[in-house]
Amino acid sequence: MKNKPTVGEILQAKGVSRRGFLKYCATTASLLALPPAMIPRIAKAIESARRPSVIWLSFQECTGCTESLTRSAAPTVEGLIFDAISLDYHHTLQAASGDQAEAARHAAMEENEGGYLVLVDGSIPMGNPGFSTIAGISNYDMLMETVAGAAAVVSIGTCAAFGGIPGANPNPTGAVSVGDLVKDKPIINVPGCPPIPMVMTAVLTQFLTFGQLPEVDKYGRPLAFFGQTIHDRCYRRPFYEQGKFANTFDDEGAKAGWCLYKLGCKGPTTYNACATVKWNQGTSFPIESGHPCLGCSEPDFWDKGGFYEPLSTGNFGSGAKVAGAAAAGVALGAVAAVAGRRRQAKYTKEA
Amino acid sequence: MDLLEFARGPALQWAAYILVAGTIWRIVGIVLLEKKPDYSEPRKSGGYPAAIKVIWTRAFTAEPFAKATLYPKMMAYVMHIGLFAVIFLFTPHIVFFEGWTGFDWPGLPNSVIFFIGVATLVSGVALLVRRLTNPVLKLISNFDDYFSWFVTLLPVVTGLLIPVRALFRYEDLLAIHILSVALLLIWLPFGKLGHTFLVFVTRGTTGMVFERRGAKT
Repeated sequence: MKNKPTVGEILQAKGVSRRGFLKYCATTASLLALPPAMIPRIAKAIESARRPSVIWLSFQECTGCTESLTRSAAPTVEGLIFDAISLDYHHTLQAASGDQAEAARHAAMEENEGGYLVLVDGSIPMGNPGFSTIAGISNYDMLMETVAGAAAVVSIGTCAAFGGIPGANPNPTGAVSVGDLVKDKPIINVPGCPPIPMVMTAVLTQFLTFGQLPEVDKYGRPLAFFGQTIHDRCYRRPFYEQGKFANTFDDEGAKAGWCLYKLGCKGPTTYNACATVKWNQGTSFPIESGHPCLGCSEPDFWDKGGFYEPLSTGNFGSGAKVAGAAAAGVALGAVAAVAGRRRQAKYTKEA
Repeated sequence: MDLLEFARGPALQWAAYILVAGTIWRIVGIVLLEKKPDYSEPRKSGGYPAAIKVIWTRAFTAEPFAKATLYPKMMAYVMHIGLFAVIFLFTPHIVFFEGWTGFDWPGLPNSVIFFIGVATLVSGVALLVRRLTNPVLKLISNFDDYFSWFVTLLPVVTGLLIPVRALFRYEDLLAIHILSVALLLIWLPFGKLGHTFLVFVTRGTTGMVFERRGAKT
């Protein structure tokens, strides 16, 4: 590891200017809610850090999380930071395959015992080990073997963080999250379907800088990015307050860019940084494109009612059960009336 | 299942079943009661016109009591109109009713609803203070009066906490608000809050009986 180039050397070789590098450090400090005094420390730590070994495990997933990281429209400093890590194992990106790929994973684990990061995307099927295997190894066995010597685990995407779509009702594979299985390692969840690239790289930067993972919320998500709701930071929020809503996707309200609450927006209950960091180099985010937030960074988002059902829609149960309650009411009323008539007759007789 | 899912799902469902069963129970129980025979000569014809008249006239205080009851009457009007506005003119509530009935209508801006909610709460507290300080009112008040006051204003308080994000996160506050509404729906048919669906029936009945007996209505 001592022979590996530092991140600073790699960035220099890639043609990143000092100005551009410091700009990235300042942005990262800002995103992580760190004071400006920390910027030189971040810069120094990143520059001098040796390439950390990262093992990326992909289980029951769609590769969207990897796509999110790699499909940038233009190379960015964030992308180069990601390049600067030593990605020793990644099914989609690595050239090696078969035994060679597994040998690379084992080599990385041995060489960096206790110091490597494990990034996981995808949930782990516990219903049957055969539901998802890699090189004949079940996802569960590969995860537990790999995390044993890891410094920390980062669950990338909602599937790894919370079970995601594979874990949605009726969960045919018995899918569970990384946190359901790994109990003895620091875990940070970076959910989203997919997660924001900047959030992933900022978490890695924090690890490079301080050697520890950032402060997290009750779901293990970095507070700097998941501390506020989409609704709180949404540029359409004033329309919500004014009571101006789009009722359909093509009405005047939609054209005027009014609030999408009535079209099922889950922004008020979704904690993520989409409204501030945005996507595609800060171009926009789903609400800006005219679609309600699906709440993809929240646990069980797939099972929390219809995507186009407003948040305040209640569930009164089936009509049959309501009718049953009404019938029960009639019966109880009749019994009460009979009892009342008997009481009346008794009092009349006594009088 | 998190708290919000529980509130929006089983809690609201059971509250609805109890509300429906309890309301019908009360109405059927009253309708099927045997009417007492009235052997007296009717002074006036009575009937539905008398019922409608009293439903209207009882909305206002009779002249001899106008001054004495001005304050509670005003507070009661503010509270009832306020409750109507926050329940039926707040857009998320309208969306809720739309999901249930299929109908929607225009709402008021959130800031207006917030102001009305505060006014509703203040009037409710003023009425409670009067109940606690007026010796006669205090004497005739029982658990039903206080608990009905509590379950009526609890959703107002929990609703007002949501936009200010007080104490808890949005989704937890929303869940607490829905649970407080569920409590209101469960209690509504059984206590004095039954006047929600019985008020015009009882006023109308009173009007018909009084008219028949020749009382001033």
